[in-house]
Amino acid sequence: MAAGAKRSAQSTGDAWERVKLARDPARPQTLDYINGLCQGFFELHGDRCFRDDPAIVAGLGYFGRQPVALVGHQRGHSTAERLKRNFGRPHPEGYRKAARLFELAERFGLPVITFIDTQGAEPGVGAEERGQAEAIARCLVLMARLEVPVVSCVVGEGGSGGALALGVANAILMLENACYSVITPEGCAAILWRESTPENVARAAGMLGLCAPELLRLAVVDEIVPEPGGGAQADPEAAVRLLGVVLRRHLARLARLGPQKLRRARQRKFAAMGVPFLLPGAVANSGPSG
Amino acid sequence: MTSSTTEAVAARARPEELWVKCPGCGQIAFRKEVERNLNVCPKCGHHLRLTLEQRLAVTLDPGSWRELFADLAPGDPLGFADAKPYPKRLEEARRKTGRLDAVSVGLGRIEGRALALAVMDFGFMGGSMGTVVGEKLSRLFERAAQARLPVVIFSTSGGARMQEGTLSLMQMAKVSCAIARLRERRLPYLSVLCDPTTGGVAASFAMQGDLNLAEPGALIGFAGRRVIEQTTHERLPENFQRAEFMLAHGMLDAIVPRHLMRSTLARLLVLLAPGRRRALAPTVLAGG
Repeated sequence: MAAGAKRSAQSTGDAWERVKLARDPARPQTLDYINGLCQGFFELHGDRCFRDDPAIVAGLGYFGRQPVALVGHQRGHSTAERLKRNFGRPHPEGYRKAARLFELAERFGLPVITFIDTQGAEPGVGAEERGQAEAIARCLVLMARLEVPVVSCVVGEGGSGGALALGVANAILMLENACYSVITPEGCAAILWRESTPENVARAAGMLGLCAPELLRLAVVDEIVPEPGGGAQADPEAAVRLLGVVLRRHLARLARLGPQKLRRARQRKFAAMGVPFLLPGAVANSGPSG
Repeated sequence: MTSSTTEAVAARARPEELWVKCPGCGQIAFRKEVERNLNVCPKCGHHLRLTLEQRLAVTLDPGSWRELFADLAPGDPLGFADAKPYPKRLEEARRKTGRLDAVSVGLGRIEGRALALAVMDFGFMGGSMGTVVGEKLSRLFERAAQARLPVVIFSTSGGARMQEGTLSLMQMAKVSCAIARLRERRLPYLSVLCDPTTGGVAASFAMQGDLNLAEPGALIGFAGRRVIEQTTHERLPENFQRAEFMLAHGMLDAIVPRHLMRSTLARLLVLLAPGRRRALAPTVLAGG
């Protein structure tokens, strides 16, 4: 598509800058949003199988007067916290903790709010042995079935399946300087040109279409949330407030839908993803019926 | 479908392809003999990869295949170009495989039992999943839900397709939504993981079967071996991420050799046949 090509060329210059911004440890993270937007947060731990994964934070709290379930990646601000949280790269037990929260939310009718901020799921021996692929796959199909409102906020870097595992939502909000990608620019450059030189990585970032405006155009996200001047890291409190305003509006809208309608609307939303970009002549998907 | 099969057979009649070297034991065997053995090495039992046409031939009752949605083709949503533009890569893959994208879906029969079937094609850009793979699988699950048919998918894929960016990633969620709907209707979905099944395909529908089966020796995992070695600086065991490793770690229900796949699928589809939920077998009632 010519329009797509033009837009990608335009964004090549600043896409990599945005990725670097999205990774800035001074940006607000899941716990900052939860503490800034919710009252009485009670953190819940563990997957009931193996251990508690500090790379994913989960718990219950109040958003206004509404009890909600909260789940998000936590990368950490200080070096010590980042090490403790494995830089926000979850192991399977992190996703199984998230799955436990989703089931809890469903059982007690709690709206779910997720915060996406990870470079990706942990690639490692233990993660593979304990079923990283299965853990992510489980979250996806579980979120697809929920009969409560689900809103996902891409607040930093959304990296591949490890990010999407918290992202099967009725509404997907994305911060102005966040990114959301099928693969990291480094990984993409390594595959395409065998080496991740800074030039290659910047070029890959430009090609992947991972910035908010591009993803709004592709209908991957529903709304771009403005950040304070200079970016969320410049004024974290203002960034938290700005997300709160948009989040409240979407939760209020979804609160009016019944359980089955919520589930069906979410399934329809994802059924439509990519359909406008299939070649002309291809018949458009009628979507789930009934 | 039939015309592309004929083409594939014709293209293979080159002399250098009369013989095949087994990637398992390194021995040379007559291709005809290997093919008669369902492309399993007669010497060491190594399961060679099958083309999509070969998979259909060894899986379904002869003449029962009816392909659906074969005309779906991907656009180029990002205008993606590295050394070659994405449309050029697609064109090459089309010439090589005779199809428009990396999966064929349709209806067929195994030992007389009707089912909805999808087979992925690793030869088409590494079996990668973009908008077309997502759409075809999503429609297949929808069709199966309407017609009350079980679903079987043979996966072989490197994961999500980079060239369609975040839209490819979203296909993982899209197919998961379709599977959720099949589950609501209580229809079985059997996933068969073939060599190799990794990345976003492993982390979505390939691991979402009511039962997850695999072929012997199939590479199955989330992260690539090279990535793990680079990050951890560990030497990985030889069987790491193989089907046998995944079975031992509890990720699979069973490993099924190729010559038993048809009869196993038929047997499992009978055991999980829809509509059995309330009517218990008479012997159970009598025994209780």
